[in-house]
Amino acid sequence: MSAIVIEGYYAGLKSKADHKLLPLKEKPVIWVGTATCGKAAGAIEVREAFKKEIKSRGLDAEVMEVGCMGHCYAEPLTVISKPGFPPLCYGHVDEGLVKRLVEDFLVNDDPCYEYAMVALEPNDIFPTLTDFPRGAYEEKIILEDCGFIDPEDIDHYIAREGYAALAKVLTMKPEEVLEEIKASNLRGRGGAGFPAGIKWEACRKSPGSEKYVIVNADEGDPGAFMDRSILESNPHLVIEGLIISAYTIGSSRGYFYVRSEYPQAIRRLETALEQAREKGLLGNSIMGSDFNFDIEIFRGSGAFVCGEGTALINSMEGKMGIPEHRPPRLAESGFRGKPTLLNNVKTFAYVPAIIRKGADWFKSTGTSKSPGTAVFSLVGKVGNSGLVEVPMGTTLRQLVYDVGEGIPGEKKFKAVQIGGPSGGCLPESALDVPIDFDSLHEAGAIMGSGGLVILDEDDCMVAIARYFLEFTQKESCGKCTFCRLGTKHMLDILTRITKGQEEDLASLDILRELAEDIEAGSLCNLGKTAPNPVLTTIRYFLDEYKEHIVNKRCPALMCTDLIAFYIAPEKCSKLCNACVGSCPTEAVYTREDGLKAINQDKCVKCNNCLKACPTEYSAVIKLSPPELVVEKEREQK
Amino acid sequence: MSKTITLTIDDRKVTAPEGEKLLWVALENDIYIPNLCAIKEEGRPSASCRLCFVHVEGLPAPVTSCTQAVREGMVVKTRTPQVDRLVRTAFELLLSDHRLKCSTCPQNRSCELQKIARARGLKLKLKRFKSLGKEYPLYESPGLFTFDRSRCVLCGRCVWVDHEVAKVGAIGFARRGLKRMVTTFGNIDLDASSCTECGLCVKACPVGALNFTGEQSSEKDG
Repeated sequence: MSAIVIEGYYAGLKSKADHKLLPLKEKPVIWVGTATCGKAAGAIEVREAFKKEIKSRGLDAEVMEVGCMGHCYAEPLTVISKPGFPPLCYGHVDEGLVKRLVEDFLVNDDPCYEYAMVALEPNDIFPTLTDFPRGAYEEKIILEDCGFIDPEDIDHYIAREGYAALAKVLTMKPEEVLEEIKASNLRGRGGAGFPAGIKWEACRKSPGSEKYVIVNADEGDPGAFMDRSILESNPHLVIEGLIISAYTIGSSRGYFYVRSEYPQAIRRLETALEQAREKGLLGNSIMGSDFNFDIEIFRGSGAFVCGEGTALINSMEGKMGIPEHRPPRLAESGFRGKPTLLNNVKTFAYVPAIIRKGADWFKSTGTSKSPGTAVFSLVGKVGNSGLVEVPMGTTLRQLVYDVGEGIPGEKKFKAVQIGGPSGGCLPESALDVPIDFDSLHEAGAIMGSGGLVILDEDDCMVAIARYFLEFTQKESCGKCTFCRLGTKHMLDILTRITKGQEEDLASLDILRELAEDIEAGSLCNLGKTAPNPVLTTIRYFLDEYKEHIVNKRCPALMCTDLIAFYIAPEKCSKLCNACVGSCPTEAVYTREDGLKAINQDKCVKCNNCLKACPTEYSAVIKLSPPELVVEKEREQK
Repeated sequence: MSKTITLTIDDRKVTAPEGEKLLWVALENDIYIPNLCAIKEEGRPSASCRLCFVHVEGLPAPVTSCTQAVREGMVVKTRTPQVDRLVRTAFELLLSDHRLKCSTCPQNRSCELQKIARARGLKLKLKRFKSLGKEYPLYESPGLFTFDRSRCVLCGRCVWVDHEVAKVGAIGFARRGLKRMVTTFGNIDLDASSCTECGLCVKACPVGALNFTGEQSSEKDG
């Protein structure tokens, strides 16, 4: 097809979009982040408050919904761009602040700097993101536009060069596109890091004219929300990547496999697909070329194992979401038995930028074997939780201490759980491991799809391992022996250890042997990787396991069966009754001398008294093993 | 016809049609490899019981022989320390979820689990793992058979013959994880389902989960 037609088509789209957005540059615009995270923090109320205030004052300003900027710790977030000022970002916005911002900033030109977090453009007045460690380390490729464009208006995406890559691709031969993807060495962002180009090539070479491309958006790791955030904040980016992949391998039908627990992502995707069709970017003769392609959304029913390729396909075909033995690979026989390309949301999201800027540009970021960036949802005991994108090769230390601003409350760092239930826990000594597919694998963890949970001294590693194993055990489909029964026995052993019921250190050997056998013997990758949290914690925190078994002691004071609550009389005050009132079981009582004590028989270890005790006393403490209380009480007498 | 190739299993040269699955080649040559879920006619092996591991020279880790296609010059060992370890663990795991009262089991002495134990020197007793205590009520069909789910190892052979040979479709797998079980649609009683009591599933069961009652009780062989 002639390049002129396609280029002309795209130029038309672009100028229309630019023209439509022009007025936004001339009046104040308020962007409210309304991805699920923002909504949960009250973004809808903030949006309504802005609309109300602006209307009641009769101002000419636009309130716009955007997706997630990644600064979850400060939700709800708002950006105000007013001509004459740099765009300013405000965190923890509530209705009171809305009134103030409208009155002082929009009406009176006082940007309320005391409430502003950061400016989004370089200026002489207020610091920008790059003035903070996080901004200095972050390098955004796929999150670049997230939080800055209206995900429900395709023109916002087009105005930022959206679909330019598709226009370019349609003037290229599919083989040339494939070469570009292969040259970029883009590796699958679903976790395993398999080179996308090789997958695409296998699909392209597979015989048959009916082929499928599928986006895997069945994100199910606890604490992971990267894919959701991208779909809610910039759905067209993934759609464009998917269309390009379809053109490359020769497919005319694509699917988004999104879990039903992501209703907002599904809604925004539906809107995006509809708008893309209206613009001629989906359907027959895309952009005037002879390429036909359309996309449907398939809602998964929330089974973790359906993120596994063969289980995902089974589920789409209406069968039980249960994995199959591979080979055949999906590239040979996937959906409906036809060659199928399945990649993660993020993998597709990198494609438009690679096409637009070239493979060499992509390779200039990150490491030679893992080029590009890594997207993490940073959660747990960390100052700045949120969604971050850093170049591959950034160390875990930089990620935790610089990007995440370290552990809050002067607590000591203990471990970082990376890669979700299939990943591992890495200790302080591994903090200088660079983040890339191979280094993490060597350290015993996996890149995973990007969940990163930071743990401090209050977290018990046995309990953490148990938590993740309980997750995979519950999510096991039950098909193969190792995963169905093996994870159950592992969980039982771990439960006994955390309850102080395991007497014999030999149980650790059984645990490890079983873990290794499950890894070697399971049918699918859910089973093969399920023991990882246990294997890594045994590898790095063996002493903690032994303490639980030998001394019935939980060093982190987390396993409730191995701790007791105790009120230190030397710290307790006769004048305070906070703990007594907080106790739901009347275990806390006032002694004859007016100080407080705990009746251990009644105590349910709910932690209320510890929280209630004022910090100036900090008299309530946890002891492990629980017998220490008896000793303490004897000392008192 | 596919071409015939030669491979070596446990130092014995055997011939087989190229692409045939290793498990069947071994079994046809009287080389026993433990298996429960394998069905030769099945297009895509279920590969769920995880017992038929073998070592194939050149591959880094043991593989399931039911899924491994044979090729010219392949060298296979059915017993290596690695293979034995996996088979033993899988076997013990299955025992931990199987009612282990062989003396009262109708399938005693013709049970596939007993055969595996004999062949591999494994004990029909739990040591490393505790029993998961699977207990289900016994189902008795109107005239022909009983179904003791407490002895079911979830191999799926009954489901396969029901779907593919009898073409009845009375039973299938339901639920997930530890709760996975063979049952009818909607978990109704078998006699209320489309079951025709053809008995094919009973014959297919490798353990004592499905058993004939009365006169046919000697028909099932292990």
